[in-house]
Amino acid sequence: MTAMQIFFLIVGLVILGSALMVVTTRNLIHAALWLIVTLFGVAVLFAILDASFLAVVQVVVYIGAIAILFIFAVMLTHKEMRDRGPQLNNSWWLNAIISLLTFGGLFWMLQSWNGFSKTAADFPSSFDAVGQLGKALISPDAFVLPFEVASVLLLAALVGAVYIAFNRK
Amino acid sequence: MIPLSWFLILSAALFSIGLFGVLSRKNAVAILLGIELMLNAVNINLVSFWRYGDVSQMAGQVFAIIVFAVAASEVAVGLALVISVYRRRNTVIADEIDLMKW
Repeated sequence: MTAMQIFFLIVGLVILGSALMVVTTRNLIHAALWLIVTLFGVAVLFAILDASFLAVVQVVVYIGAIAILFIFAVMLTHKEMRDRGPQLNNSWWLNAIISLLTFGGLFWMLQSWNGFSKTAADFPSSFDAVGQLGKALISPDAFVLPFEVASVLLLAALVGAVYIAFNRK
Repeated sequence: MIPLSWFLILSAALFSIGLFGVLSRKNAVAILLGIELMLNAVNINLVSFWRYGDVSQMAGQVFAIIVFAVAASEVAVGLALVISVYRRRNTVIADEIDLMKW
């Protein structure tokens, strides 16, 4: 077992442990803070996978924008949830069984795939992954149309969010 | 080097935890937290398939970026809806938001 594998196992345990805290902890502010730990662990995984641009975007967009937005939303609505009994609904044990079955089904399906345990080729040292990603995003032969559609979707969603949350009184 | 299976198992476990959160939480904001966990599991899968396949094909990373954009817009609209419902009906519990229940 190499040092990289031990590092991966530690990061994986942090991700899964903090994700469990996100779905089970009573205080929603704490859940949002545990979500930040999970997102940071995923950013570390992106760095392990040589996706440096995505690791930075994960920190900037997910932790810097989405997690802060969650904390704002919890603070704007949390008055009602204080001391209102259990945070999980009555059928949580059934949901736990469904989740375990989903994991088991995914695991069974993946381990029957013959590329399951393959290892990566060494990352080519002269390969400019960030530059190639930028070219792929704006090249007409590659992904310029999905990229533009995503930006229009983001604009429409933000205009819609302002309209929905606007107080007319 | 880390085998591909470790990443796939980790993301399957993260997806299942997020699914449990979506199904079991009462608070609508906490349901959105579970959805974020599931989207992150998908992103781990996309990036690890990019790395373990042909790295000169950028489709995996491009799709992960599009998932980022979709997640950001989903959170913006979802939280706006939650705040709007909270303002009108004074609740964020998903079971009590039954205005459209037939």
